[in-house]
Amino acid sequence: MAVTEFRGVANHAAVATPDRGRGWRRWRLSAITPASRYYWLRLLLQNPAALASLGLVLLIFLMAVLAPIVAPHEPNFVDPAVRLQAPSADHVFGTDDLGRDVFSRVVYGARISLLVGVSVMVGATVMGSLIGLVAGFYRRLDTLLMRVMDGLEAFPSILLAIAIMATLGPATRNVIVALSVVYTPNIARLVRGTTLMNKHQPYVESARAIGMRDFPIMRRYIFMNSLSPLIVQGTFVVAFGILAEASLSFLGAGVPPETPTWGSMVSSGQPRLQQAWWVSVFPGALLVATVLATNLSGDGLRDALDPRTRKR
Amino acid sequence: MIAFIVRRLLLLFPVLLIVGVIVFTLVHLTPGDPASVMLGRDATTEQKDALREQLGLDEPFHVQFVQWFGDALRLDFGDSLFIGKPVTEALLERVQPTGLLTLYSLTLSILIAIPAGVIAAVRANSLPDRLLMVVSIGGAAIPSFFFGILLILLFAVVLGWLPSGGYADIGDDPVQHLRYMLLPTIALGFSAAGLLARLVRSTMLDVFNEDYVRTAYAKGLLRRRVVLGHALRNAMIPVLTVIGISLAGMLGGAVVIETVFNIPGMGRLLVQSVTRRDFPVVQGAVMTVAAIQVLVMLLVDVLYVYVDPRVRYGGD
Repeated sequence: MAVTEFRGVANHAAVATPDRGRGWRRWRLSAITPASRYYWLRLLLQNPAALASLGLVLLIFLMAVLAPIVAPHEPNFVDPAVRLQAPSADHVFGTDDLGRDVFSRVVYGARISLLVGVSVMVGATVMGSLIGLVAGFYRRLDTLLMRVMDGLEAFPSILLAIAIMATLGPATRNVIVALSVVYTPNIARLVRGTTLMNKHQPYVESARAIGMRDFPIMRRYIFMNSLSPLIVQGTFVVAFGILAEASLSFLGAGVPPETPTWGSMVSSGQPRLQQAWWVSVFPGALLVATVLATNLSGDGLRDALDPRTRKR
Repeated sequence: MIAFIVRRLLLLFPVLLIVGVIVFTLVHLTPGDPASVMLGRDATTEQKDALREQLGLDEPFHVQFVQWFGDALRLDFGDSLFIGKPVTEALLERVQPTGLLTLYSLTLSILIAIPAGVIAAVRANSLPDRLLMVVSIGGAAIPSFFFGILLILLFAVVLGWLPSGGYADIGDDPVQHLRYMLLPTIALGFSAAGLLARLVRSTMLDVFNEDYVRTAYAKGLLRRRVVLGHALRNAMIPVLTVIGISLAGMLGGAVVIETVFNIPGMGRLLVQSVTRRDFPVVQGAVMTVAAIQVLVMLLVDVLYVYVDPRVRYGGD
């Protein structure tokens, strides 16, 4: 879990494979020996499930970034002449009840999903890390901060998100704020745990002995040692965030309706499921694929970064 | 034991207080003031001021909070701005569908998860084990609302076996009630089942390595007796916690599922109240669900003692 320990294990194994190769061979995966600090990258890329899911995540990311190029039609272009058309060569995912191209809307919807997922991860990680570090480091603030986290966790997460959205009103930025708050306790608990574990380590004591102040110690020795579990947890928060945004948008409490999102597309297709299943099914399927790929990437990262949690 | 329960009940209060502060602050931060919402656009400033005074909205924040929280503890959340009823009454009318849906889903997920988890653990790395893994990973990635839509598509639209949404009171027509509830129950219970089954599997595998399991085999007990009588009983302890957590998740999930299947429950009411900015109802519903979740977690802690005789909460 801790970076230092991980390197210790790696150094031990390094004796067996000293050959790093020359020229272009240095860039082969097998050239990354267990002694390297990038060994986790080799473990990750040699795991077929993780590699495939990372590839899929990358593909969806590219699709979102290049949406104007990938999408064959304007996502909001209303064409009454082609209402509710089944998938065809011109409209691969068919058209919705206003004659908008479902494929183009799905492509643009990826932007919102990924934007929200990644921003929620960043927001929750920043707030959660600060709270977790402070709570773990200063006993006096611990009880207060963690009781507030308990209070936030007393709500089913989607309910808290709905309550916050009711206050802030529908907007993409507000969805990000609401979901960041919802997932902050999760991160805070994790960071608090690693802080408590690291706080009394000799390297922290020696840093204090040479006169380092609290904040630099927290940043340099405690936070950096929480990094690998944080990265893994962060991946799962991305997946949670994408799911929760879709649920909020499905309920009409998320991103405003004029922006195409996967959740609101599924919802808009529901009344006409009998005539036009494609309006709901394609955005939903892409949502599932994205969340699945993100989760599997997280599993792969966990296996690569923390050799102790390998599956039995 | 009694002392433990009493202490836990007392600890309940600070958690509920924090929950209350969060809910109250959220609504207080909301732009737009209730007096204008209630009186409409044409109201004069004097009318608004009068109503504000009547509602106690001119008091400072902490005074209002104490007032509100005291009422909330007595289950009085004020009147709905929209339905024209006390919030508590509106919630009580909606409690049956939500309660039953959660109950059915929880039962379904336990009925699936425990056998599936046990089989997967007994035959680790076999085909059924791998199948469970795939289904539960997939289940975690499907949002319940989309799973619900797929169920509607298959069973209501294509096959025409079940209604696509709606609700029948259990007292009026139990058969119709079950027909309406079947798809929502599957939609809500299935994804929780996957997670629970994986947990049952992994704790069972841990328990299989314990000495008492070896002893049980050594004294010649049948495999079935060892697995069900010795291993499963011990594996239930962590499983119980997760059942408590998944019940809480289901209360949240019910909000979404009720919208998908158009069930007139508390969740549907909450979502409608958010769109029509009916804040007393939002406060009341969110507060109620959070309180139920806190109570469930307490119940889980207490049940621990019965499942695991080793656990004796200090003090007695």
